[in-house]
Amino acid sequence: MSLRAGTKLEKVLAAGHFALTTEVGPPRGPDVDAVLKKARILKGLADGYNVTDNQTAVVRMSSIAGSKILLDAGLEPVAQMTCRDRNRIAMQSDLLGAAALGLRNILAISGDHQGAGASGKLKGHPGAKGVYDVDSMQLISIIKGMRDEGLQAGGDALTSKPAFFIGAAWTPLGPPIEFRVLRLAKKVAAGADFIQTQAVYDIKAFAQQMAKAVDMGLAEKTAILPGIIVPRSAGMLNYMNNNVPGVVVPQELIGRMKDASDPQAEGIKVTLELIEQVRELPGVKGVHLQAIEAEELLPEIINQAGLSPRPEV
Amino acid sequence: MITAEWKPIEEMVGYLRGHKKVLVIGCATCVAECAAGGEREVETLAPLLAMAMQNDGNPVEVKSATLERQCEPEFVEAIAEAAAEADAIVSLACGIGMQLVAERFVDTPLYPGVNTTSLSLREEPGLWTSRCAACGDCVLGLTFGLCPVARCAKSLMNGPCGGTRTDGMCEINQDTPCIWRLIVERATARGRLEDLTQVRPPKNWSNSPAGGPKRMLREDLRS
Ligand code: SF4
Ligand code: SF4
Repeated sequence: MSLRAGTKLEKVLAAGHFALTTEVGPPRGPDVDAVLKKARILKGLADGYNVTDNQTAVVRMSSIAGSKILLDAGLEPVAQMTCRDRNRIAMQSDLLGAAALGLRNILAISGDHQGAGASGKLKGHPGAKGVYDVDSMQLISIIKGMRDEGLQAGGDALTSKPAFFIGAAWTPLGPPIEFRVLRLAKKVAAGADFIQTQAVYDIKAFAQQMAKAVDMGLAEKTAILPGIIVPRSAGMLNYMNNNVPGVVVPQELIGRMKDASDPQAEGIKVTLELIEQVRELPGVKGVHLQAIEAEELLPEIINQAGLSPRPEV
Repeated sequence: MITAEWKPIEEMVGYLRGHKKVLVIGCATCVAECAAGGEREVETLAPLLAMAMQNDGNPVEVKSATLERQCEPEFVEAIAEAAAEADAIVSLACGIGMQLVAERFVDTPLYPGVNTTSLSLREEPGLWTSRCAACGDCVLGLTFGLCPVARCAKSLMNGPCGGTRTDGMCEINQDTPCIWRLIVERATARGRLEDLTQVRPPKNWSNSPAGGPKRMLREDLRS
């Protein structure tokens, strides 16, 4: 199969390697150094670096700008794009801009509702008008139409076709659980080349959803990368279990973190086990590994998981 | 029905400073049903407003009236005399009723006493929840009679986002059900989950408020 965009992530997957992506959240200011600092820690460790798009509806440096900074620093970005803040005109314009800057991995997601920004310590912009002109599924098909047909969503021709490797998110364990695999199938039908999932802790439940995806032939049509977030304390796992939609944490795991004398070391151990476990599941093509606000833990974890160095492709 | 809710009294006081004779008007239709602008609410607000103005050091004379329908010209005529005597009108009708009154009594300032909020259903006594957003391109036929435009916080057209809470409620708050969870449940109950697997293309919003002010013309009704 010929490559769609020829990004490093795409090539790693095409060559059959176990892929590794991670995340770089842009700062709440125009601080290039903040991005570069994370870049220095993570360079060479992953095949793709997601740059979030105003995650949790909090204003940050744009994902396209952050992605370009990473690209220039020699890291291959996955620029995220939500449906919350732009209509289809702005989306396509930004996509063309991204392509012009050399950004070719795009992850299309719905995005947290604008009300989410006010839920933590920050004020956010709960009074903002959410756009939601198109949904993530439609955004995926728009990107695919631009890439494959050279057409805008409205039908007008582009002057040339942008090369994109299209990503989408999947929440395998969110309710209504019976629809989650079908929704994945829709994303694949719409054009998702790769999938990063919500954080997985309940391997058994995830394995069941994964098996359904494999049965439907989805794991061949798209590269599924389960999300793994390094657990740092029992409290954090509890919080995620109760407050982060679609994240199911087995009580046993929470107990294990609680009993640990060194939660950080235990969290690393758990992460390594999770990576091993998802790696054994049929259809899994890599992992999307995150250490929220603790990127410095990643080099060691990636080394110990035997995922370093990354394949040259 | 069209729902509305009272504005804070302080906001109304702010509007009314400098006025002397205020007419508070309601409407016996939607806003009465949602307990914001019917006769009962008008008669409750009028003395409260008079007291608030008194406390503010700007006493006003407050009169009140409730129209059968504030969005029909012939009913609005009923307050012609009272309106002529007033130097300000506070309306508790929806934005439509308010504007008709403002148009009819063009020299008398009209102030909103309510915020018009939604097209809702009275689900239980004292609880109204959205049902429609007048999107101009109804998709209820594709979504088992449940509206994803008004009732999904992101107006999604292709199924639930990743934000659905463990108990099936929407990510925006724990009291609003994820409408896509309900759509999926209804589809499942009918044995038609397959129907939801088609990718729905971007919606045409041009017949919604996004397309600009609506002008619905029916030649057959014009003579
Ligand atoms: S789909 Fe549109 S017209 Fe139909 S109920 Fe929903 S908002 Fe109203
Ligand atoms: S949780 Fe459900 S209703 Fe709420 S935004 Fe997501 S899909 Fe829409």
